[in-house]
Amino acid sequence: MLECINLECMRGDRRLFSALNFSLYEGELLHIKGVNGSGKTSLMRIIAGLMLQEDGEIHWNGKNIRKLREEYQKDMLYLGHLPGIKADLTALENLRVNSAMSGNEISEDVAWDALGNIGLKGREDLPARVLSQGQQRRVALSGMLVSKAKIWILDEPFTALDVKAVAMLQDVLGEHLENNGMIVLSTHQDFTVSRGSMRMIDLGALEAHQ
Amino acid sequence: MIQVMRWLIWRDMTLAMRRKAEVLTTLLFFVIVVTLFPLGVGPEIDMLQEIAPGVLWVAALLASMLSLNRLFADDYVDGTLEQMIISSQPLALLVLSKILSHWFLTGLPLVLISPILGFQLGLETESIIILMMTLLIGTPVLSLIGAVGAGLTLGVRGGGVLLSLLVLPLYIPVLIFGSGAVDAARSGLGVEAHFSLLGAFLVGALLLAPLGAAAALRISLD
Repeated sequence: MLECINLECMRGDRRLFSALNFSLYEGELLHIKGVNGSGKTSLMRIIAGLMLQEDGEIHWNGKNIRKLREEYQKDMLYLGHLPGIKADLTALENLRVNSAMSGNEISEDVAWDALGNIGLKGREDLPARVLSQGQQRRVALSGMLVSKAKIWILDEPFTALDVKAVAMLQDVLGEHLENNGMIVLSTHQDFTVSRGSMRMIDLGALEAHQ
Repeated sequence: MIQVMRWLIWRDMTLAMRRKAEVLTTLLFFVIVVTLFPLGVGPEIDMLQEIAPGVLWVAALLASMLSLNRLFADDYVDGTLEQMIISSQPLALLVLSKILSHWFLTGLPLVLISPILGFQLGLETESIIILMMTLLIGTPVLSLIGAVGAGLTLGVRGGGVLLSLLVLPLYIPVLIFGSGAVDAARSGLGVEAHFSLLGAFLVGALLLAPLGAAAALRISLD
């Protein structure tokens, strides 16, 4: 279970949000909404442990993530705006290195399958440099297919994806929820997941209240 | 844990092999700077022998610094650094792997080419061997200390200049004892003390620098 207690985030002199409370249980998806600049990415980076909050705490299974650190990070997958892809490595190498770096070494066959499933069949051996924006995005997302993480934190995962890929991604999300996973996701796009339950936070509306 | 380090070193090596220019830049810089001295101060062999240890060591410092701001910059830009920070493996170990590959790609080539340059400056065989050994112990220290500076200046505008101002003063002890050892060997004195101290720097830096650089990276990405 993920619990955010009284979170406050400042960027420079600006308070993006404060007194933000929510908890997320297994099989739930949290959709973070909000206008540009309302602090969606900041919130996700805070939950991922990349950024320090001004105030408040985040608990994972009842313990502060600052104390758990590596134990929490093993359970977490974060995909941000930056793809985390090396242009000079092939799609296959990228996936395997990234997966190993998150502490989950995978065999070549597993990586090959994952790339095939995400719609990169025949391009596994090409350097990421020659892939299109959407294809590079798919390489990054293929990490989700091999991940053993419980909670996925996805910042705008639908960006640059075509209709087919969006549909596929929704399936992947649904499957993760069905397996008792948790997802925190931000997007401006409408989307549906077939399984699990969906909740929403609107950071823009939160700001308007204050 | 070891696997992750192996993967990371493999990745950085593979990337460097696919873009050889970056490795060669450091090496060529070293060669060119050293080669400029005989042209500048004249070909008297006594004079060249006198300045050789200092010249070679200063050139090695500058060459190793030249490549420092690239240590984390690429990973920062493409987002792999973020993934390193939230990896379930200790960040200090990942940083250590990056430093190791940095040394393999920039420090080790300097060590290997130094005999030729030492010969060019008229050093005798014994001095050249001592020079190689000091560089072998000293250049990893440069990469280690430099990593802390590279972490701190990551994403800062004009970070390159700041990095040199930050790191060069910290290189001074290594320079003194590195070139000092070669000088001592030339004048027939013992070199053990110099080597002990260089060794101590290496051990100290090996223990502290990865932790420092990891902390610096966390701050830079916050």
